[in-house]
Amino acid sequence: MTLRGRLAGAALALMLAGPGVRAQDTDDPLGSPRWEEMRQTFFPGAEVVFDDRVRVSAPTTAEDALNVPVAVDLRRLQAVEEVVVFADFNPIVRALSYEPGGAHPGLAFRLKLQQSTPVRAAARTADGRWHVGGTWVNTTGGGCTLPSTGAGSPEWQQRLNQVSARLWPRVDGGTRLRLQVVHPMDTGLAAGIPVFHIETLDISNADGERLMRIRPAEPVAENPLFTIDIPPAAVGGGSLRISGRDNNGNPIMAEVAP
Amino acid sequence: MSARAWRTGFAAALATLALLAAGLPARAQQGGLDYGLAPQRIADGVYALIGSTEDFSATNGGNIVNTGFIVGSEGVVVIDTGPSLRYGEQLRQAISAITPLPVVLVINTHHHPDHVFGNQAFAPATLAALPETRRALEAEGADLLENMYRLNGAWMRGTGMALPERMLEAGPLDVGGRRLELFVLSGHTPADLAVLDVASGTLFAADLVFHDRAPTTPHADPERWQQSLDRLERIPFRHLVPGHGAVAADAAPIAQTRDYLRWLGQTLRDGAEQGLDMTEMLALEVPARFEHLAGAATEYRRSVIHLYPAAERAALQGR
Repeated sequence: MTLRGRLAGAALALMLAGPGVRAQDTDDPLGSPRWEEMRQTFFPGAEVVFDDRVRVSAPTTAEDALNVPVAVDLRRLQAVEEVVVFADFNPIVRALSYEPGGAHPGLAFRLKLQQSTPVRAAARTADGRWHVGGTWVNTTGGGCTLPSTGAGSPEWQQRLNQVSARLWPRVDGGTRLRLQVVHPMDTGLAAGIPVFHIETLDISNADGERLMRIRPAEPVAENPLFTIDIPPAAVGGGSLRISGRDNNGNPIMAEVAP
Repeated sequence: MSARAWRTGFAAALATLALLAAGLPARAQQGGLDYGLAPQRIADGVYALIGSTEDFSATNGGNIVNTGFIVGSEGVVVIDTGPSLRYGEQLRQAISAITPLPVVLVINTHHHPDHVFGNQAFAPATLAALPETRRALEAEGADLLENMYRLNGAWMRGTGMALPERMLEAGPLDVGGRRLELFVLSGHTPADLAVLDVASGTLFAADLVFHDRAPTTPHADPERWQQSLDRLERIPFRHLVPGHGAVAADAAPIAQTRDYLRWLGQTLRDGAEQGLDMTEMLALEVPARFEHLAGAATEYRRSVIHLYPAAERAALQGR
C-alpha cells in the first residue's frame, strides 16, 4: 500500500513537473508538488534550506488519522528561535508553531491528518534562516473533518482546559515535562461544529523565565499532549507553571511540582 | 508543457501501473478472484478454513482469517463468514461440496471486518451474534467496510453489510442436530464469542487466540483479554481453532497470545511511567521471543497507537 502510494505519487509528480521546472522546485527531498506554495506561504522572502539536522519522527503510515504522533528533534541545531510545523496536504496546513525559550528546541505532540502528506518542521535560527526537515505520512485520512469526541460529549465541558502534567528527571540532569490539556481542538471543518482550539500555551519556571511558548493550531489532536525536554540550567528550582488560553478566551492555568 | 513531455510522463505513469499490476496474482487479473478455500477436516463433521497470517491486501483479497463450519445431522453451523461477499459465496460452495444439508445458523464471533463481511452470502434469518457485536457493527460497520474496499480492492465487489438478526447468549445451544456451548467473553473486542462443539471437543476461539501471528488490538482491552484466555484454558477442548494461524491440539496458542499481551501491556505501562513519548515507544524493538509471530513489528506499532494514550493518561493523572 505504502509503496504503491509512493509510486503513484512519484508518477503524478513526474507528470506535473515536466520540463522547464526551476531547479528549486525539485530540491524538495520529499518531492511534494506543493513545496513551492509552502515556501511562499511560510517563508516569503526568507532564506530556506533543507537541513538534516531538523529531524521529524512520525510513523510512515498513520494507524489513526486523529492521532498521528510527531516529534521534532533539533538537538543538532544551534540558536533556534522559532519552529513551525506544517503538513503540505492538510486542509489547515499549519499544525503549530513554538518558540523554545529555555527549553530544548524539540517538541513532540499529536496531529490530525486528512490525507497522506509530508509533515515538516521549519526552524528559524538567529541569523534569520529557515532550516526545513520532514517526513511523509501515509494515511487513509478523515482526521480533520471528523467531530472530536469532546464535541459529542457533555463531560468535557466540566473538564475543559484541565491540565495533567508530570516531570521526569533526565540523565543529563535536566527535566522532561509531559503535559496534557483537556480540549476538543475542533477544526471547524466538521459540519455544525465551530472552530475551537487552544491558541497559546506558555511554560515557565518558578522564576518566571519562559521555557517554551506553544501556539497550537486546529490540526493538533484532541486533548493535546506535549513532550518537552528542559536542560538543567533552565529548569530552576521548584514548580513549573503552565498558562494559556483557547480561541474563546478560556484560560489554562496549572502548576506542576517536581 | 509540451505534448512530448506529457506523453513521456504518461508513459512513465503507465509503466508504474504495469509494475503494480504485475504484483497481483494471475487469477485476480483473469477476473476469477478465487480464494481457493480448502476446508480442513478437524474432526467428524468439523471443518476449518485457514487463511494466511498476512495483513489485508489486494493480493490476498482479505483471506487472512480462519472460518469454520460444523455439519450436524440436520443442518450446518457456520462460524464467521470472511472478509467479503465473494468469500461468503465461496465458503457456501465449499460447504455444499461436503454436505447437501442447509446452513441453519451463521455465527459472527465478533464485529471485525474479516469475520462478518461474507454475511450477505447467507440467509438473513440465519445470521447470529452477540447483541454488543451487532451494536458495534451498526456503529462502525460502514467505516470498516469502506476500509476493506480500500485495502482489498476488486475482491470486495458487491460486498455490503448484512447485520446479524438473531441474538445469541452464553450457554448450550442445540442446533442442526449438534450441541454447541457458547462462551461470552471480551478483550479482543467488547464482545468476543467462543464456540465449543461438544461432540468433537473443537473450540473455535476466534480472535481471542492468535497462533504464530501477532494479536491485533484496534478494539482491545489487554487485561480483559487475558482474563478471557484464562477462561478458555479451563475448557476441556481437544482441538483449538484460533482466529488467525494454524489449528492446534493443545493450549500452546493460548499461552502464546497471553505471553504477548502481557508483554505488550507491561511495555506500555512502563513506557508511560518512564515518561516516554509515543514516538519513542514506536521506536522500541519487539523482543526476539516474539519474532516468530507474523507481523509482530507492525502490530506492536499499531498497538502503541491504539493503547498508549490510555497508559499515558494513567501515568499523568495517577499521582
